[in-house]
Amino acid sequence: MTQTNKRIYVWELPVRFTHWVNALCVVTLAVTGYMIGRPIAFQSGAEASFSYWFGTIRFVHFTAAFIFFFSFVFRIYWGFVGNQYAKWNTFLPLKKEQWVGMLRVLKIDVLLMKSRPLKTIGHNSLASLSYFIAFLAFLFQCITGFGMYSAMSDAFFPQLFRWIVPLMGSDFAVRQWHHIFMWVFVIFTIIHVYLVFYHDYVEGRGTISSMAGGWKFIEEESPDK
Amino acid sequence: MSDKPLTVYEDMKSKGYSRRDFIKFCGMMAAFIGVASTGVSKVVKALESKSRMPVVWFHFQECTCCSESFIRSSHPMVADILLDNISLDYTQTLQAPAGYQAEKSLQDVMKNFKGQYLMLVEGSIPTGDDGVYCCIAGKSAIDIVKEAAKDAKAVIAWGNCASHGCVQGAKPNPTGAQPVHKVISGVPLINVPGCPPIAEVMAGVIVHLLAFDRIPQLDGLKRPKEFYSRRVHDTCYRRPNYDAGLFVQTFDDENAKRGYCLYKMGCRGPVTYNACAVIKWNNGVSYPIQSGHGCIGCSEANFWDNGPFYQHLASFPGFGIETTADKIGVVAGIATAAGIAAHAITTNIRKGKEIKEEIKESDHSQKEDNV
Repeated sequence: MTQTNKRIYVWELPVRFTHWVNALCVVTLAVTGYMIGRPIAFQSGAEASFSYWFGTIRFVHFTAAFIFFFSFVFRIYWGFVGNQYAKWNTFLPLKKEQWVGMLRVLKIDVLLMKSRPLKTIGHNSLASLSYFIAFLAFLFQCITGFGMYSAMSDAFFPQLFRWIVPLMGSDFAVRQWHHIFMWVFVIFTIIHVYLVFYHDYVEGRGTISSMAGGWKFIEEESPDK
Repeated sequence: MSDKPLTVYEDMKSKGYSRRDFIKFCGMMAAFIGVASTGVSKVVKALESKSRMPVVWFHFQECTCCSESFIRSSHPMVADILLDNISLDYTQTLQAPAGYQAEKSLQDVMKNFKGQYLMLVEGSIPTGDDGVYCCIAGKSAIDIVKEAAKDAKAVIAWGNCASHGCVQGAKPNPTGAQPVHKVISGVPLINVPGCPPIAEVMAGVIVHLLAFDRIPQLDGLKRPKEFYSRRVHDTCYRRPNYDAGLFVQTFDDENAKRGYCLYKMGCRGPVTYNACAVIKWNNGVSYPIQSGHGCIGCSEANFWDNGPFYQHLASFPGFGIETTADKIGVVAGIATAAGIAAHAITTNIRKGKEIKEEIKESDHSQKEDNV
């Protein structure tokens, strides 16, 4: 018996594309958002009319938010028309086998109780759940963010999120929670990037490069010649 | 006195105001409530022809700062016209009668002007322990509000207490203080938050009701849009400093002297809806930010609980004073990194052998291929 590797096309172009758009947006939004919350006051003695850097940071934040939102919407659409690894139902733990899978991932990859790696082709069950939670956090950030933005915009789109302010009581509360959820993204990103490296290191199936080219490898047992 | 109730204008005339004073007042009010210049005549006509509106003004859990603000409004006529000339039939602080007489006039209004009287509420309503924490004439505040609101034409909640609960409603809220809108339903209600609200705003809301006979347009929190649709921040004269990134760092630094933005000093302007920066206070003299102090957000819900006032992020509940979300975030980030490091080390211990074997196998098969 020898082992051969078979190439499988897992991540389609729209999945890869939205992934990197989201990654760029999340980093931009977190950095500019943090600066909006806690600006660096490096200027002094200047006349306000000569500079607009803080306004620019806010502009970048709002622009990235719009791009992020529509990338997110497109990804949801792709969850209905994409391949089996991109399907919406991989993210929702509705089937029993997904819960069983989560338990196995927890034992093998998180608690490192068993040494044999678990090899799934697309997302593993636990990763899927974490992405689903991240999607909910996306949604929350979009609603609260555009809810705050709506007060300074006459555009139709942000007005759709106006209801969040009365629901949460005040702009202060909305802003506070919007800020807290930024940290959810920071921690998600740290863990996500680490685990990609982990899987690539332990399983050697090209997990990192799969988000660039779309291909992963699976081992196939084939009889000796 | 004739049987026919006097109109607002007639009443003013009898008090010695000239036609010119009256028109000036109408013009000012029309400007405040945001009607076009053509609408001024509508205000004039309404105040000329409409008889005074019966009003009951209640005081519950409050400090009377709303009344204080109102009677000190910049235009003497505002207080005069609205306190004397709308027939303020019942108000605990300023009424002449006391005891049974006072309570009788309240009952009379509710009986004789069913569905016509305006109900103004200052203060929050305690709901804990059957409302025993605020009783007037043997009745609890909650019973009084429910009874009076039933037949009111409209209810105006004055100030943060009546709109959001203010200091009584702050944690731990021992009396179960609630704003008016949580206690009553089925009556048109206007929240006029602020601690206190601006006098001209209060007058403007009443004039709107008098002139147009309907409540002004309200936002999602039932605040009149004409006064509460903009953030203090968006109308602030220091806003250009914010956009330029010019911030005060401490109250005694050079930047404070230059009048830079107070954002980093915890100013609540960016999350507070009010007309302070436009109408200002004390006859348009100033407002907090102009005087060098950040806005504390007194017209917003839970502003006492969103402290400390001098920092931007609130303390995170359950983690002690001055622990912001950022501090918790950084700790969580470090904990995550530590967890990852531990996991990476354990991975090498637990799976290192297996990975080495795979590498050996790979070398082996490469050699085979070369043969």
